[in-house]
Amino acid sequence: MSAETVPDTTFFVTEEEHHDAGGATLLGFWIYLMSDALIFATLFATYGVLSGSFAGGPSPREIFELPLVALNTAILLVSSITYGFAMIAMQEGKLGGTKAWLAITGLLGAAFVGIELYEFSTLIHEGATPQTSAFLSAFFTLVATHGLHVSFGILWLVVMLVQLSQRGLHPENQRRLMCLSMFWHFLDVVWIGVFTFVYLLGVL
Amino acid sequence: MFDESVIKTIFGRLTWESFPVHEPILLVTFIVVMTLGLGIVAAVTKYKLWGFLWREWFTSVDHKKIGIMYMILGIIMLLRGFADALMMRAQQAIAFGASEGYLNSHHYDQIFSAHGTIMIFFVAIPLIVGLVNYVMPLQIGARDVAFPFLNNLSFWLTVAGALLVMVSLFVGEFSRGGWLNYVPVTNLQNSPDTGPDYYLWALQIAGVGTTLSAINMVTTIIKMRAPGMSMMKMPIFTWTALCSNVLAIAIFPVLTGAFALLMLDRYVGTNFFTNDLGGNPMMYWNLVWIWGHPEVYVLVLPVFGIYSEITSTFTGKRLFGYSSMVYATVVITILSYLVWLHHFFTMGSGASVNSFFGIATMVISIPTGAKIFNWLFTMYRGEIRYELPMMWVVAFMLTFVVGGMTGVLLAVPPADFVLHNSLFLVAHFHNVIIGGVVFGLFAGMDYWFPKAFGFRLDRFWGKVTFWGWVIGYWVAWTPIYIVGLMGTTRRVNHFDDPSLQIWFVIAAIGAVIILIGILAFVIQIAVSIINRDKLRDTTGDPWNGRTLEWSTSSPPPAYNFAFTPQVHDLDAWYDMKDRGAERPVKGFLPVHMPRNTGAGVILSGLAMVLGFAMVWYIWWLAALSAGALLIGGIIHTFNYNRDYHIPADEVAEQEDARTKLLAAGA
Repeated sequence: MSAETVPDTTFFVTEEEHHDAGGATLLGFWIYLMSDALIFATLFATYGVLSGSFAGGPSPREIFELPLVALNTAILLVSSITYGFAMIAMQEGKLGGTKAWLAITGLLGAAFVGIELYEFSTLIHEGATPQTSAFLSAFFTLVATHGLHVSFGILWLVVMLVQLSQRGLHPENQRRLMCLSMFWHFLDVVWIGVFTFVYLLGVL
Repeated sequence: MFDESVIKTIFGRLTWESFPVHEPILLVTFIVVMTLGLGIVAAVTKYKLWGFLWREWFTSVDHKKIGIMYMILGIIMLLRGFADALMMRAQQAIAFGASEGYLNSHHYDQIFSAHGTIMIFFVAIPLIVGLVNYVMPLQIGARDVAFPFLNNLSFWLTVAGALLVMVSLFVGEFSRGGWLNYVPVTNLQNSPDTGPDYYLWALQIAGVGTTLSAINMVTTIIKMRAPGMSMMKMPIFTWTALCSNVLAIAIFPVLTGAFALLMLDRYVGTNFFTNDLGGNPMMYWNLVWIWGHPEVYVLVLPVFGIYSEITSTFTGKRLFGYSSMVYATVVITILSYLVWLHHFFTMGSGASVNSFFGIATMVISIPTGAKIFNWLFTMYRGEIRYELPMMWVVAFMLTFVVGGMTGVLLAVPPADFVLHNSLFLVAHFHNVIIGGVVFGLFAGMDYWFPKAFGFRLDRFWGKVTFWGWVIGYWVAWTPIYIVGLMGTTRRVNHFDDPSLQIWFVIAAIGAVIILIGILAFVIQIAVSIINRDKLRDTTGDPWNGRTLEWSTSSPPPAYNFAFTPQVHDLDAWYDMKDRGAERPVKGFLPVHMPRNTGAGVILSGLAMVLGFAMVWYIWWLAALSAGALLIGGIIHTFNYNRDYHIPADEVAEQEDARTKLLAAGA
């Protein structure tokens, strides 16, 4: 009902309005994501300032293994597509399909985190630790913050699988899946930034 | 006896020496705080109020109750923060030449750090958030905020942060690094003590609360306005609240990021802000001031909104230049993000960079000046009623303009090179924060108190508060401007030049006058409660207001509005009164409301334990509370039963009572 259709002398809405609580949640979650993006912006800026401060330690060219990171990037991008399939299944009202695609997404996410941890442990064994230089402090913090977000997303995904099993495609659950969807794709976008600015620009 | 390593595992670095029993000042403070605290606990227990407080207040998701709790937190912390101020003023008034005063630099440094931290994070922010929480949903004709539970959680996270700061007074020590916990002072090698850790954990926990609250408020304003209230029909206070909260969302993540990096430096041994291995301390300064300067506007914008509402109400006129006021607010919001570097022109970033930030800073004075003229033109040819809120507005305009002008002076980089870190700067920001934010908060409290409680605040004690603050401000800070201009630096606990002493003695007298104002405020509340029947307002509209919060009863019912108002005009309530809108007296419907929950208190309690354990390196407790926090959060998501309906006859009962009151008053 737009303002023009309301008579000028109506001062109170005398029927119960059904305002759309889900819309507010999605907007609120969007705003949260923007605030999270600013945390990443802070970490990117810090990395930008400190990326040349090797303090006698290794430089990006010496430690980054692009093929491994490329594989990891591919895994994360594919997980965004599988999440998209989960949302399509949800919209078609298919509980089983939703859960199956979510499970696949979670496994891809776990693979991503696993490979990242493997990369970290290799670096630390080579002596390139977060304490070695400001560059490595900034590198580990930026990448690990993203990894931590993905891990949190996986945990959320597991909780959602339990809640879907309990209550099915309850409107509340659908709303939560939409928020998680935005979160997951957001992490994908951030990762593209990490891959480009940290890995590609570091090695090229 | 236990093996030493076992004790260390259990208690971390917490030992008997961590309790400052050898410090007489702290011991006496501790005894006083404990006596007061135990007295309150005993009274609450005696009158069996715990259940009531828990059910009706602590677990409440009602934006009005949360707003009031924010205000109480802010006022209590104001007393603590002002006690620090009095101690500093006393020290500086006596510590000249051979006299060392009563505070050594180790303590003095903690006191000025705590004073600034508390006054901004636990006084100004809670008071602003409290007013916005209380008033904004009423102004837009909403029944609550967008995320009621999140609102409760935000409040308790702020409390958890405040409690951690208070604990640092009696267990261990607080930061000595200034109100922004500056590196390199707070690097691990320079401050291995608990001070910076207390600071970081307290502010991280409170900061999460503030960010969540800001997201909540912005969503509420965008999604929940009454029908007909387009953006340009929003009350100006709601506009300023919107801009302030958008700004908060844009800056608090940067502060969280900066603090997290300093935490990593201190706990993990990374090298972000260290002096060796490539670390860059100035990066910390940049990041905290990217938060810090806009934060000033996060505080002052809603206060500008308060002044606007009050000026318009007490001159009986529509606000002059509403749309220019909105644009000025938006312009300030954007510009405030582009000026942070003026806090350290002396960093040496070069003439071009300094010029950019200097000019950007000066440009802010244009929209701010436009606002001052708008208020003046609103008053021009108005029928001004000098009630308490209006008195604060006039005092603000006279005081704040001076602070604004010294700000422009400091924005000139060559002048700033001379005045950087001088007491002139300290006088400048106290001028704008006391003359702007604090005066506005008192104006707002005097203005909206009758809405929240159904009776006005006592006028006599309100005037004592007013004159105490206004006279006290000028007596306390004019001398500081003067010694600052002569080159006296800040954060010093002892002076050699005896000719300066007289200025610090005058400043101390000013602080005592402000103390009278603060005490009078506490008395004002007490006297008003005692005389509440005489000060009672049954109309819900004691000031002849213009915006929707005055259209409902005082205090408003839990559901705020039985029927959602339909807005046609900027001054929606004035328009309703003007055109004789009839308040519907029957046909009430059940109202859909959120249910109370204890999850906010529990999660915040766990966050506080986590902070304490991390400060003291009690790793097992930290792991336990972090795990509990995560599991508690997950358990909360399994609760799908979060709302209920207030039955129609309950609504009708409350509304009928109001109908009778209005009829009796008419």
